[in-house]
Amino acid sequence: MKQVRPALNRREVVRQMLRDRADLMVIAGLGAPAYDLAAAGDHPLNFYLWGAMGSAAMMGLGLALACPQLRVLVVTGDGEMLMGLGSLATIGVKQPRNLSILVLDNRRYGETGMQASHTEWGIDLAGIARASRFAATRTISNLSELDEAYSLLRQTDGPVFVQAIVESEAVPRVLPTRDGNEIRLRFAQAVAKIAR
Amino acid sequence: MDEEVDGAARWPDQIFGHLKRVRVRQVGYVPDAGHSRLIRRCIEDPEMRDVVLTSEEEGVGLACGAALAGQRTALLMQSSGIGNCINTFSLLKNCGFSCLVLVTMRGEFAEFNPWQVPMAAITEECLRLCGFVVARADYESDVDQVVGAACDMAFDGQTPVAVLLSQRLIGRKVWDDSEGKGE
Repeated sequence: MKQVRPALNRREVVRQMLRDRADLMVIAGLGAPAYDLAAAGDHPLNFYLWGAMGSAAMMGLGLALACPQLRVLVVTGDGEMLMGLGSLATIGVKQPRNLSILVLDNRRYGETGMQASHTEWGIDLAGIARASRFAATRTISNLSELDEAYSLLRQTDGPVFVQAIVESEAVPRVLPTRDGNEIRLRFAQAVAKIAR
Repeated sequence: MDEEVDGAARWPDQIFGHLKRVRVRQVGYVPDAGHSRLIRRCIEDPEMRDVVLTSEEEGVGLACGAALAGQRTALLMQSSGIGNCINTFSLLKNCGFSCLVLVTMRGEFAEFNPWQVPMAAITEECLRLCGFVVARADYESDVDQVVGAACDMAFDGQTPVAVLLSQRLIGRKVWDDSEGKGE
């Protein structure tokens, strides 16, 4: 399916959504979204997944239920989200007000050679989130929509789902640490400082 | 609730008591006959968040997310669910997360459905390969000690632990055509 529509720069989207992040906790799905998060600036409240594809949204849910007073943002890709579609239904049941999901949709599996994902064929992730009782869902593809996306993802009662249509061209990799123990410990210590 | 209710076995209440004792705050599960009483008790408990999953591997992400904020999670599933979790269990090894999984066994003692058998036959080995310490309760008299020890090891010892609750303990599945229900 040929799609002629504007697209956003993925790094710009992530940078904008993390503006003034303060206590924002961020879980990034494996591959490009993890690099985008690292490129926006390393932070103790960043959790970079390097595997367990399909788990990003559920990690966000566990964290959001444990910290109802803090906002949790899951940043992931269309392929990773497609592998965890059931988690959208699970989140819809729990209705966490502090959970937001940002899908950077380039309609490609970037890590494996840019093969088309289901969204390339018109499968509507935001529509699936809406049907799963997310409180707010939006698909954005223009710079002019970034402010609204920010307000949804950061300030609106969730669960919130924003699908950002992004350019499919690869951007330089910015690799965060691959040491899972270090990522976990650093994150947990930072949460403990805020929550206590 | 120490007394038997509706003639139900007490072991689910013993498990619930241990989950409370070690301050489990989130419980991820896929609806299951063997765990039904325990699930009901977790749902009724105001301190616990019950999270019904579409597939068991969602529970692993849930538990790891909760652990980032210092919250303890128990996962309840059937033996078939272990198969669904395998790649996701890599989170535990890679990041040093602990995990407590309580598995109701199908496909063993007096199983009427052969389709349950292949996964049941490899459940324990799969869990070990994924880095779990595996304990097993075959009789009601085992449950209290085995689950209590598993809870301590999982949360104080930071070790992924699975307890297999045998089909002999749970009771053979009674196939009642009049109900018209599946699993």
